[in-house]
Amino acid sequence: MFIINCPYCGERDQTEFSCGGEAHIERPKQPTELSDDQWAEYLFMRKNIKGIQFERWNHIHGCRKWFNVVRDTSNDKIHAVYKMGERPPVK
Amino acid sequence: MKNKYSIFSLIKNAFSGHENWQRAWRDPEPKKEYDAIIIGGGGHGLATAYYLAKKHKMNKIAVVEKGWIGGGNTGRNTTIIRSNYLWDASAGLYDHALKIWEGLSQELNYNVMFSQRGVMNLAHNLQDVRDLKRRTHANRLNGIDAVWLNTEEVKKFCPIINTSPNIRYPVLGGTLQKRAGTARHDAVAWGYARGADEMGVDIIQNCEVKGIKRNGVEVEGIETTKGFIKTKKIGVVAAGHSSVIANMAGIRLPLESKPLQALVSEPVKPIIDTVVMSNAVHAYVSQSDKGELVIGAGTDSYVSYTQKGSHNIVEETLRAILELYPIFSRMKMLRQWGGIVDICPDASPIISKTQIKGLYFNCGWGTGGFKATPGSGDLFAHTIANDEPHRLNAAFNLNRFVSGDLVDEHGAAAVAH
Repeated sequence: MFIINCPYCGERDQTEFSCGGEAHIERPKQPTELSDDQWAEYLFMRKNIKGIQFERWNHIHGCRKWFNVVRDTSNDKIHAVYKMGERPPVK
Repeated sequence: MKNKYSIFSLIKNAFSGHENWQRAWRDPEPKKEYDAIIIGGGGHGLATAYYLAKKHKMNKIAVVEKGWIGGGNTGRNTTIIRSNYLWDASAGLYDHALKIWEGLSQELNYNVMFSQRGVMNLAHNLQDVRDLKRRTHANRLNGIDAVWLNTEEVKKFCPIINTSPNIRYPVLGGTLQKRAGTARHDAVAWGYARGADEMGVDIIQNCEVKGIKRNGVEVEGIETTKGFIKTKKIGVVAAGHSSVIANMAGIRLPLESKPLQALVSEPVKPIIDTVVMSNAVHAYVSQSDKGELVIGAGTDSYVSYTQKGSHNIVEETLRAILELYPIFSRMKMLRQWGGIVDICPDASPIISKTQIKGLYFNCGWGTGGFKATPGSGDLFAHTIANDEPHRLNAAFNLNRFVSGDLVDEHGAAAVAH
């Protein structure tokens, strides 16, 4: 449980948000060309990092907008928040 | 040779003030090389080492544990044991474990306090009723005991449940598995540790794995805080930290690690003599032998390794508990904690070889691994010793995420995910 600084609404409790998992997983550009291994990689395989993780959040009980969060999963501290489409900050 | 535990050894040691008990397992320094190394000294890891030594006659085995044995999810779960899963593959896996549980205390000469007090799963809406009835039929076709109870029968089996039709989520019935129940979780780790140690397994505590050394497609050993240890076979049973170890070996897993919470109340006199789970309102409760209510809550929705969990999750669970059991409204909660559970996309475990020779993973047990401890250890030992899965864990391979042959127990089992 922590506070998230929504880039549109400001600081709100984490319970207002829904976590969309790992960020920057690119949707395949040519889905018909993908092998089974590549599909498995896209659909199921996750970094699941212990440490700094880039992830997507949705302010589901607020502005309902998606954005990205850089969070340390070993202590739940948030290091940065940035909008969709923006370049991820270099750690 | 270890002293056998019995009523006579208890009496004998009582006369000497319980000061002469033999220690249950050694505290060895790691050797230079082992035939197999198990990473993770929880119930599953210790059981794996035990069965490797007992059934597959491997004698140079080590279990390395970064903390103390049984200090992870083995000591953090709500100790529920059942096998009433929907799919054939899951039913086979979990009932294999349940059958071992039934004789485990005798086999280990260690009282794991296995108590077949029954597990009841409640239905609160029409879809629950249909799903749970279907599961009851599927269970019986697989030779697993299961009965459907209507609301009156639920009330008769567990009288403190509020079965009024006027509550928000009324009880429309439930399933009961009588062979299911609970066990003493610490004793499971200690019993397997003692048994494995007796057969020569080195249990190395406070030894954290820092790296996995590979020679191309083969494993060569592990780097630890106590130095390099050589081996040709590595079995990883690291629960929430499986992805961390996989990363060291350079492979990817389909896991997400999340905190799962549990809490216990102050101890009270016996009030509930079974285990009651409710998927729809997310509440499950049983009573420990000390008298505490043992309550399981849900997982947080985000990846975290903090072993805490969010307050709102506990609040939701307790809200549901209070509606179902108004008698608990004055109870005080004593302790709350979290464990990090590694969840697969299909909510089924992975007991599998990997693309690296000599590297095996037993992970993805998610929110329900404790019940499978003996079966998981047995089948993982078989997989490591033979370099081939057993018939019962063949479906739980890592390749199912490529082939699409998932064992989708997410909504299908009675589990509260």
